[in-house]
Amino acid sequence: MRTYALFILLLCSITSFSQNCNNTLSGTVTDLHDGSLLVGATLIVAGSEQAVVTDLDGKFILKNLCDDTYSIQVSHPFCLTKGFTIKVTGNTTKNFKLEHHLEELNQITVARKAYSNKSKTILENTISKEELERFSSGTLGDALNSLSGVSSLNTGNTVVKPLINGLHSSRVVIINNGVRMEDQEWGAEHAPNVDINSAGNLTLIKGAGALQYGGDALGGVIVAEASKIPVKDSLYGKTLFTGASNGRGTSLTSQLTKSYQSGWYATVQGTLKRFGDFEAPDYVLSNTGIFERNASFHVGLNRFDYGIEAYYSLFKNEIGILRASHLGGAQDQIRAINSDRPLMINDFTYNIIAPKQDVTHHLARIKGFKRFDGFGKLSLQYDFQRNKRLEFDIRRGADKDNASLDLQLDTHTLMLDLDSHITDAVSLKTGLMARYQNNFADPNTGVRRLIPDYDKYDLGIYAIADYRLNDKLLLEAGGRFDYTYMDVFKFYRTSFWESRNYDELFPEIVVEKLDNQILTNPQLNFNNASATLGATYAFSDEYKLFFNYSLASRAPNPSELFSEGLHHSASRIELGDLRFKSEIGHKLALTFQRENEKFSFSVSPFINTINDFIVIEPTEIQQTVRGNFQVWEYRQTNAQLLGVDFDASYSFAKNLRFNNQFSLVKGYDRTRDEPLISMPPVNTKNEIVYQNPDFKNLRLALQSEYVFRQNEFPNNNFEVFIPETETMEIVDLSTPPDAYHLLNFNSSIDFKATQKSTLTVGFGITNLLNTSYRNYLNRLRYYADDLGRNFLLNLKLNY
Amino acid sequence: MKNVKFLATAIFATVLFVSCSKDDDTPEPVNEEEVITTMTVTLAPNGGGTPITLQTRDLDGDGPNAPVISVSGNLATGVAYNGTIVLLNETVNPPEIITEEVEEEAEEHQFFYTIGGGLEVSTAYSNFDADGNNLGTQFTLTADATSSGTLTFTLRHLPTKPNTGLGDAGGETDIAATFNVTVQ
Repeated sequence: MRTYALFILLLCSITSFSQNCNNTLSGTVTDLHDGSLLVGATLIVAGSEQAVVTDLDGKFILKNLCDDTYSIQVSHPFCLTKGFTIKVTGNTTKNFKLEHHLEELNQITVARKAYSNKSKTILENTISKEELERFSSGTLGDALNSLSGVSSLNTGNTVVKPLINGLHSSRVVIINNGVRMEDQEWGAEHAPNVDINSAGNLTLIKGAGALQYGGDALGGVIVAEASKIPVKDSLYGKTLFTGASNGRGTSLTSQLTKSYQSGWYATVQGTLKRFGDFEAPDYVLSNTGIFERNASFHVGLNRFDYGIEAYYSLFKNEIGILRASHLGGAQDQIRAINSDRPLMINDFTYNIIAPKQDVTHHLARIKGFKRFDGFGKLSLQYDFQRNKRLEFDIRRGADKDNASLDLQLDTHTLMLDLDSHITDAVSLKTGLMARYQNNFADPNTGVRRLIPDYDKYDLGIYAIADYRLNDKLLLEAGGRFDYTYMDVFKFYRTSFWESRNYDELFPEIVVEKLDNQILTNPQLNFNNASATLGATYAFSDEYKLFFNYSLASRAPNPSELFSEGLHHSASRIELGDLRFKSEIGHKLALTFQRENEKFSFSVSPFINTINDFIVIEPTEIQQTVRGNFQVWEYRQTNAQLLGVDFDASYSFAKNLRFNNQFSLVKGYDRTRDEPLISMPPVNTKNEIVYQNPDFKNLRLALQSEYVFRQNEFPNNNFEVFIPETETMEIVDLSTPPDAYHLLNFNSSIDFKATQKSTLTVGFGITNLLNTSYRNYLNRLRYYADDLGRNFLLNLKLNY
Repeated sequence: MKNVKFLATAIFATVLFVSCSKDDDTPEPVNEEEVITTMTVTLAPNGGGTPITLQTRDLDGDGPNAPVISVSGNLATGVAYNGTIVLLNETVNPPEIITEEVEEEAEEHQFFYTIGGGLEVSTAYSNFDADGNNLGTQFTLTADATSSGTLTFTLRHLPTKPNTGLGDAGGETDIAATFNVTVQ
């Protein structure tokens, strides 16, 4: 029996030997993400000694294989090693794909490369994680302010709205973790509801070129993204603590990430920020405290060819508005403007009283993607946002603690995107978007609704293609179409309805006539087309030229359409117009860039021509029992903005670097031939940085910021009668404040706390010389100086 | 993948459901509770006789229509008047008497009387808050000499109290109304 078995075995081995074992297995090893060839990848055939390395074309050939199934391990220095099971029959060809993701682990060194470009023909400005961390206790707007061409429209120092090349609010789109923020961004005193600490990096695109996010970003797009999470078993986190002397407050933020080799990961993050009254050099800015609480949570699975992620974030912010800025009519305005000091200065406190804002923003997102070979990456995303905004004014009687404004904005968005590489040189992005939005204004405020109740439906479709003609030239073209339908219920004052002639123009939309109000049901449709066309030319490794034309169209926002009444925070009556059309902008942007270790620079001139640009400006004085108020009406005009942003960085000695930024923008109303209001004045920043990577990464930076006086402004002054003095006096709302110069100091040093953790200690001083100044772009500049000197201590622990 | 498909279906269904569940109820109107539409100043002659009324009335509040200002007659030289101020919100029915709120929050309010344009009258406060500071919903006015000019009533919310007048009172103006008055 034994011999028989042995014979059988022998026979088997003979048959196997008789089998053809001269087969080859050949093919290429490529990067799963961009299809690039991987040179020097090692392939090992399990169970044998055979190993080969891919050549310069990413090709390999394994010889002397039999018709059998083999386990092959493929590895590459920059990729995660992966095993494949291959059935060989005859000479077989097989292409292997590896995920090229180790780069993402070292994102500090390759920050710019780790994220795909949003637009290929507009220069993107990025703020890295390290830079963002310096603004941990500030706001998103503060961080963006550090980029050339970006300034901010402020209400005090805690409501900071980014202004890109002179444009803001609805003309700037903010994408937070892939979700377009719908947080009542129309208001000039509504800051973005994004926790700066939840962002891993920030990208700024000055223009509407990034069509996948919408076609209405006449000013630009800001993209905040979470840090990428490596596909490996790890647990890491960081905690950042900031203490500041001005405002006597602290900010604490912590983040913890757990990831697995299998692709699963989870991140939790939270921020707590509390400041009391801030201080100008000479006095306390009463009621300017802030109390911010944020949390976010990510969980997901990231595999080679598919993934899913769920994300939720909560942003809650309570912001005090300078007490001295809350005024009655024009007489009060004169008193406030003519006084050097705010009319109300109290002792320092952490308490926040009326006037104040209390905003809560919930954002939930679920996203899945799947890569199909030869087709591309298909992603589906659903997000839900709820923005609840309460604004408290100084009120009388039973309404004292009641909010004057109570709005809830709910937005549901569904997006389907396809990212595909048609050929090696051509890639195409296409997508569909459907959005439903509902605004509810609580009538229990006892104040007429500033923004009416409405339902809004949006449908969008886009396609962007880029074509790499050769190593030097890349072309990009895209188009987008958006349809918007608004179904609104709006109460008009009968007197306003008639004074505007709406009773003759729109009798069909009247639902009901009440004593002194009319309920109407406007139903509005907007069709918006947008497009982008651009090219990037690389003269050499160092010099690049970007050219981009973008067409943007934006439907008027609810505030522009429906405002009608006293806006307390501005002490003026604001009137919208139901008849507005979409705003259409044409922006030409050019960038010439040099990237070099020693000396790098970029020059970016632009010209933005906007038809039917919606501006708000004063038209008349209205008498009420409360006194006289200035009436500001929205109107459409043709506008033009032009300017240039300049950045340069020069390393003049080892570890020493000089940075310069310069921004200029001019804005004109071409119909009336006058300057536009609230255009950023010319400003320049110069900085000397010493950074020694060999000595605890010590970094010392001294920055000078010079802001010129804005010399071009429309004259919106008006006269009002003062009974006490029996004179007419001018309410000077127009004259911009003087130029100012600020010095800031910043330093940091790293210490190894344990084997795995680093402690970074930072110390900074802003407004080093305690200069008293007023900022033209601060809406409260009439009433108080800006912030005085501030000492900041930063502690960061990476673990 | 099954999960992804299921989720996608669920999301679609949710969106459709949410989009379609719109209720057709029209929103309820908001009647402004705080707005002051009307101020009536009644000047009753000390020794009896027909009272003089000064009134400003703006029924659309902050709307485009200007207030209607009326003065019922002229003051008589040498006569002392007892003045009473009544504030109404006439956007609601029945009208709300705002004076009551002002008097309840007397510490947070004060009326000021500004005489201008050559008018020769003098005023004095007749009612006060709990701290003994001026409130001024009641006052006395004496027509000193034959003249004409303006009489302005200003109500300040949250003024500094005590004060020496509008100049150092601060606070926000809730009312400012000027009347042309003649003493004969």
